[in-house]
Order: sequence, then structure tokens, then C-alpha cells
Amino acid sequence: MIWNEAAECMSREEKRRLQSERLKKLVERVYANCEPYRKRMQEAGVTPNDIQSIDDIVKLPFTSKKDLRDYYPWGLLSAPLSDIVRIHASSGTTGKPIVAGYTAGDIKIWEEVGARCLAAFGMGRNDVFQVSYGYGLFTGGLGAHGAGQNLGATVIPMSTGNTEKQMLMMRDLGATALACTPSYALYLAEAMEKSGIPRSEFKLKIGVLGAEPWTEAMRKEIEQRMQIKAYDIYGLTEIIGPGVGHECEFQCGTHLHDDHFYPEIIDPETGEALPEGSTGELVFTTLTKEGMPLIRFRTRDLTRLIYEKCQCGRTTVRMEKIMGRSDDMLIIRGVNVFPSQVESVLCEMEEVEPHFFITVDRVNNTDTFDIQVEVKEQYYTDDMKGMIKLQKKVVSKLQSVIGISPNIILSEPRSIERSQGKAKRVLDKRKFQ
Amino acid sequence: MITKQLSIFLENKTGRLNDVAKILSESAINMKAFSIADNTDFGILRVLVSDTDKAYQILKENGFAVKITDVLTLHVDNTPGSLYAVLDLLAAANIYIEYMYAFSEGDTASVAIRPDNLEAAVAVLKQHNIQ
Repeated sequence: MIWNEAAECMSREEKRRLQSERLKKLVERVYANCEPYRKRMQEAGVTPNDIQSIDDIVKLPFTSKKDLRDYYPWGLLSAPLSDIVRIHASSGTTGKPIVAGYTAGDIKIWEEVGARCLAAFGMGRNDVFQVSYGYGLFTGGLGAHGAGQNLGATVIPMSTGNTEKQMLMMRDLGATALACTPSYALYLAEAMEKSGIPRSEFKLKIGVLGAEPWTEAMRKEIEQRMQIKAYDIYGLTEIIGPGVGHECEFQCGTHLHDDHFYPEIIDPETGEALPEGSTGELVFTTLTKEGMPLIRFRTRDLTRLIYEKCQCGRTTVRMEKIMGRSDDMLIIRGVNVFPSQVESVLCEMEEVEPHFFITVDRVNNTDTFDIQVEVKEQYYTDDMKGMIKLQKKVVSKLQSVIGISPNIILSEPRSIERSQGKAKRVLDKRKFQ
Repeated sequence: MITKQLSIFLENKTGRLNDVAKILSESAINMKAFSIADNTDFGILRVLVSDTDKAYQILKENGFAVKITDVLTLHVDNTPGSLYAVLDLLAAANIYIEYMYAFSEGDTASVAIRPDNLEAAVAVLKQHNIQ
């Protein structure tokens, strides 16, 4: 179902007019109320008068993750603190977290775009919606919660952890939809299989999965093991949280709500805007946000945008599955390696579990590249030759996709830590200073 | 002659063998013989125990990847040439030995052998009255 046909199916011309109008107002608002932005624009020699249409966006300077840290916690607010009704934060891995402030208007927009996502997954008022994203500073829990409530679904605010209770509530309350990270969905699937409770006692149909990159192969694995349809919900704390975009029933890219969040693709090296259809770094401008609007925020996500109208009827711009993050990318022996590549290869192999752990180090000036892999229980054998053959098979499959040859460490069953939130799958021990 | 052996997959890390020994000892299971095949990252512990089914269950419950494998166990006189006599028979019948290990029970020596063709090996040995 399309939640907001007027917004999601408007013509491209109409959309551009709306975006232009919103960008003008945004730049005026930010220029007047946010000192760091005003300074930055003055340095770049741009004033609000220079912004007449959405095409003028390229004149504006970028915002980076580092800016959010530098102006922590309130420096980038464009509204007075008295108008801020909610705080969320992302757990940055280095130093200070990134804090975002929402006005009542921002929360309303968030609930609107969130409901659009859930409706696109086929959800409605009659669904019982188990939200197993973490509640708290993380945007996942409360974001999905607000979306579900606005949709009119029955929301179960489970949060993460306590797998036994997750299964109990899912079964007893007849949850039809589940929101969590893809890696937690796999963990739950494993727990459901182990519990011995027949699948027929669960009513689960739909997975609302996101908050970490995942592959097509992992989707298949989740759909098969949980017997659900798994949809990707996309979002970033800096922009608003889950709800920035969603897949539709045709699963041909992620529809972005570009009436609120304007996407561009730039060259991550030069910062230049790239022509339509190019692959590059995704940049967002929050056209309607009041609390902490961001102009040209560099996501570090690498993808491509599709502007054609979708078979589902929506005209919102679509983003291809994110192929990695320019800062998640590992450069090993000079080759670009994305953890998502490793995941997709392992998911396609019958003999191993989709869980893995990469350790990169530098020994005698050479990069080492170890991947710990779990063999599925029925594939452990008494035969050393057989185990070595399996190990070699994993190496050669990975090498054909990645281009370099990893050292595969076969591990005991369930010895790799299962994540209940965002999976930690990489340890880079190299020191470059 | 055919004995059930446990094969346990072990990561090469300190204390992993202790874990197996501890679990078995706590269940009062005796290890009669064992051998370890290893490469740099992992090993396969092959072990003959007093109660195979119980040991299998307990190790599984403790999260180990464990398999039951059939092997031949033979009593061999503790004298020069007795092992050779047995191996020669198998080789003559074109039976390949994947692995073997020796142990003693009281005064007699025993060997556990994993041939590539268990049935053929049993047939050859029976023909020559070797137990």
C-alpha cells in the first residue's frame, strides 16, 4: 500500500519545485540560526540569495561526521533548545557520540516517513509489530516504534536481548512483523530452530530489517530460515533515523523520501557532484528538518541513484543496495575489501554458517587477512583431508570475489559471537601512524 | 573388531583439549586411547572411550562438533613383525589406511585403524583369522 500517494507519486517536475522551495527556506533558516553554517557559507562566498533552485545546492559546503563531533553537542542546532523535544545519539566508535536534537515537527516527519516504509512492506492497522531494535539513544527502537504507532499497528516495544522472552512474546501475542537488525534476525532464527517450537505457532510474516549493511544472500537465508518476507528499511541517525528510505514489494532498490531528504551522489575523492546514474558517495540534505537540519551531509555510503518511476507507482528516487561504506572499506595488500563481500560469499556456501570475523594485521610489512568461519555442524568430518579441502574451497570462493586470498580459520560451532545489535565483524590491528 | 570412535573438531587454542578431558572426567568416562591430527589452525581429536554414546551426548551438549566413526581395533602381539604382518595383508588387498594409532591394554598391544574401505578390511582380516 502507498501511505502518502500525493508525496510518493508526484511528478518529477512537481517534486523539483517542492525541493527548490524547501531548500530555499532551509538555507535561510540555517543561515539565520546556526553560526557554524553561517560562517562556512560566508567562507564559501554563498548567501541565501544564491540559492534559488534545487540545482544551486552544489554551491553549498558539505557537512561531515567530524563536524557533528566538533560542534558536539548543540553547535549545529538551528532551533532553540526549548523547541527540542527529543535527543538521539549514535554510538560513534571513536571519541564523542553524535547527538541529534528533534523538534516536535521533526518527530512528526519521522513518523510520517516511517509509516510510508511500513505500508510499503504491506503492513497496516491489523499488524502486531514487535520492535526488537534497541530502545534508547539509538534511533532504531523509538524510530520503528513511532512509525508503527502512526501506521496504526499494535506495537510491542521489546527492545533487544532476552531471546527467550522475544520468542515467547512473538508467539503468544501473535506478532506478524518484526523490526531488528539482519544479524539479530539470523540469531533469532537460530534460536527459534533450536527451541523446537513448531513454526506454525508463530504468525510472523514480515521482517523490517536495517541499521547495518546486508546482502541479498543474507536476505535469502533469513527469509528461508524464518519463513518471512524480509524488507530493508534505511536510515541514519544524522538524517533522522530509520525511515529515510525503504524497499517496495518489487525490491528493486531503496525508495528515498526525497521530498524530505534530498540525495546527491558525489565523487568521494574530489567532492564533485556526479551525473545521474553514477556510483559514488551518497550525500543528504534534510529539506524539512528544524532541530538539527544538515546541509549536504556526507554519509560515506557508496551507492547509485535510479530516477525512473518504479513499477510500484512511486516516483521517489531509488538507491541501489549500498555496496559498502567508504570508511568501512578495508584496504588489504592494496585491494579494496568490503565485509559485505565476505558475507555474500559465505551465505552462498552450503557448508558454512553466515557468521564470520575478519582480523587484519601487519606482520613483517605484509598485511595478514584472517577470516574465522564456522562450519555447519553436519559438515564437520573425521577426515582431515576433507576438512582441509573445505577450507581451501572457502579460500578460493572468497578469492574469486575479493581478488586476494584470505587465511580461513575453521572454528567450532557457535564460537563466533552472535550480535544482538549491529554486528562487529572486523578487527583491524594495523597501526598506520 | 569394529569399534566406535569419537572424532572431535578442536580449534588450535590453549586449553581446548583440557576442556574435553575435563568434561569426560566429570562424567566418569575413561579414555582408552586417542590421537590428534592437526594442522596450523585446527585439529581432530580421535578417541576411544568407555561409554561412546554417553560421551557423544555430553560433548554435543557442551557445544563440540563431534562425530562417531567406525574404526578397526586389533590386538597385536608385542613382538617384532606382528604389526607388519597385519599391515601387509591390508596393503596386499589394496586397502589404504587413512590413519592409525597404537595403544596398550594390559600386556597386549592394540592398534586402531581407519581404512578407506572398512568392509574389505574386515573381510581380509577375518580370512586370516586376525581379531
